[in-house]
Amino acid sequence: MSLLRPLLLDAVPTIQQTAALALGRLANYNDDLAEAVVKGDILPQLVYSLAEQNRFYKKAAAFVLRAVAKHSPELAQAVVDCGALDALVVSLEEFDPGVKEAAAWAISYIARHNAQLSQAVVDAGVVPLLVLCIQEPEIALKRVAASALSDIAKHSPELAQTIVDTGAIAHLAQMILNPDAKLKRQVFSALSQIAKHSVDVAEMVVEAEIFPAALVCLKDPDEYVRKNVATLIREITKHTPELSQIIVNMGGVAAVIDYLGDSKGNVRLPGIMMLGYVAAHSENLAMAVIVSKGVPQLAICLEEEQEDHLKAATAWAFGQIGRHTPEHARAVAVANVFPKLVNLYLDTESSEDLQVKAKKALKSVLQKCTYLPALEPLLYEAPSNILKHVICQFSKVLPHDSKARRLFVTSGGLKKVQEIKAEPGSAIQEYINAVNSCYPEEIVRYYSPGYSETLLERIENYQPV
Amino acid sequence: MARLVKLYSQVDHIKQQYFIRNRIAEENRQKENEAAVRIQSWFRGCQVRAYLSHLHKNATLIQKTWRGFTARVLFRQRVKTAYFIMKMNFYNKMAVKIQQRWRGYYVRKYVHSYYARKRYLEGLTRTNAHIRRDLEEFAELQRKERERITLEKEEQEKNIQAQRFHFLLSTKQRPGVFNSPFRAEPDEMELRLRKVKPLLVRSAPKERKTPDIVPDLSNLMPNRERLPPIHKKPQGPFRPALEVQQQRQRPLEPSLRVATSITALEEAREELKRQEWRTRVIDQTRNIQIWNNMKFPSIFKHEPN
Repeated sequence: MSLLRPLLLDAVPTIQQTAALALGRLANYNDDLAEAVVKGDILPQLVYSLAEQNRFYKKAAAFVLRAVAKHSPELAQAVVDCGALDALVVSLEEFDPGVKEAAAWAISYIARHNAQLSQAVVDAGVVPLLVLCIQEPEIALKRVAASALSDIAKHSPELAQTIVDTGAIAHLAQMILNPDAKLKRQVFSALSQIAKHSVDVAEMVVEAEIFPAALVCLKDPDEYVRKNVATLIREITKHTPELSQIIVNMGGVAAVIDYLGDSKGNVRLPGIMMLGYVAAHSENLAMAVIVSKGVPQLAICLEEEQEDHLKAATAWAFGQIGRHTPEHARAVAVANVFPKLVNLYLDTESSEDLQVKAKKALKSVLQKCTYLPALEPLLYEAPSNILKHVICQFSKVLPHDSKARRLFVTSGGLKKVQEIKAEPGSAIQEYINAVNSCYPEEIVRYYSPGYSETLLERIENYQPV
Repeated sequence: MARLVKLYSQVDHIKQQYFIRNRIAEENRQKENEAAVRIQSWFRGCQVRAYLSHLHKNATLIQKTWRGFTARVLFRQRVKTAYFIMKMNFYNKMAVKIQQRWRGYYVRKYVHSYYARKRYLEGLTRTNAHIRRDLEEFAELQRKERERITLEKEEQEKNIQAQRFHFLLSTKQRPGVFNSPFRAEPDEMELRLRKVKPLLVRSAPKERKTPDIVPDLSNLMPNRERLPPIHKKPQGPFRPALEVQQQRQRPLEPSLRVATSITALEEAREELKRQEWRTRVIDQTRNIQIWNNMKFPSIFKHEPN
């Protein structure tokens, strides 16, 4: 570092540029080296000469700043403290697209870490210049400017509002159908970071008429583009039922379900969460999800995925879909989901979060479920707190349906119910009594455990005449 | 007379008795007075009481009739209000019944309309099918487009390679590498080599004396479309250009003999015949008849009329 620093002040411009490039590559590699660059007081020199030198030097200096700022918030703060932001803003106004790209990249790495740094960046007046950069013809510049906007917007609603006020949404929306995949990734990421903060901003994003076009990008060959589109849709549907209704009416649910079918692994998460959010708002929307064949697809996801957080998200989504009315619960039950959820709840290897979500989902769906063939297997497997709900449902359905009663007896359900031990006075006992009261006493006695013993005892006590 | 004697004998008795009785009366006067007062007072009391009761009865009667009157008025009022309240209750109940029916109908038809929901879900499935189909088609198109682009790139690369390996083309004497005589047909590379045009090889750029700045003459010339002529004066003993041009563009001046067509005589005869046919009205004039007659003297016998 001490050797490179005097080279920065060399007379020959090529040496200066190469020295700056070397510093940048060093700082890029490791955060200790970046700290050494900061401690070596090199940054003020770079910032000073950013204002004056030719474009190659500016690119190299911006590269150094970016490499230093990328590692941690403290280093980024050190970069900002040297007054780098004003110099970078000046670089953003240059003609050369390479210089602009390097400056925008440095800014995006600074703004990435936390809200104060983003606020400092916005206060330096960067956002209108970034919006101008987005409109430039060079694709690399557009990419970097979009990613900078995305990094600024992600921290707080005020920052997102600042970006929206400069009219960035319209320009971002125009770039949606650009053929370059990396650009699309950044554009969708920017739009989703903006839309996630509040209802108004999300409505503005929807009003920019991105919608049928964005659904097309769900079939893009690049999987991160698809993931970012799904994230955008999720952030929009999260806020209100009306926004979800707009997306559903445009066929967004079908597109997302197909997306879940096509992708594998972590990228499915935004799609699953989107279905959960849509179904959570109202029962009409949940029925829309069911009608679009969402439940079989989610069941496949539950089956295939190994990660706990994905399974937790799927369990939560099932809970949201099935909790509204018996129709919804039936749709969930028919997909043969209950045994899997019970296994997830009981599995000791599942994380806390997964167990909690599986239990909540089971509870909320079971309380509305009247589809008895799916409830019966649960009698055998479920733990007692789930069993309570299962028997509660039986006690609600059996008094009214004679065929169901017959089926219950012949399938061995009544026998199992008799075998359940419950404390008298607890809720389970009441439900068991309710179920028993649907049947004549002989049958109940016949199926109660130990009936054969009592009969044999009666033989012993009987005196033939 | 006897009575009188009796009376006079009783005079002392009477006087005695008079004094005794007066004394007794005087002794009893207080008591008797008080008793008389008491009797009188009771009697007066009775009188007054009778009068008062009479007054009371009359007052009661008046009050009774008055109260009855006002009470009946109030009662009628109350009956009217009770009737009114009963009517309003009845109307309210009927209105509730109507509102119940109406609200049930309205909610069932518009707010929670089962059929609208069913139609919406059917429409949604149709839209979903459309979108799914459209997305599939679009993805298909994109995939085909990408495949096409990769194929074209490969073609391009192969063509460039063929251009660079132009020397491997087979000649008449010697078959090329790709055109082995033991093969039934030449290889596709051979066919490509045959098809492709040779690459323009740019030689290394010549060194100029002033490499950086090239003088920009186009700004000096006023007329930018036409390049200036190479030589000012034409070389060699050529005719002046104007004369050459005149000669080249001179029109044809053929002689009369050349100009007349070969069938001019026959055409002239035809023309004459046509003219005669058009103009001559009378075929046999007198002169012609005489002339005809002179040829055949037998006709002289008969003078024409």
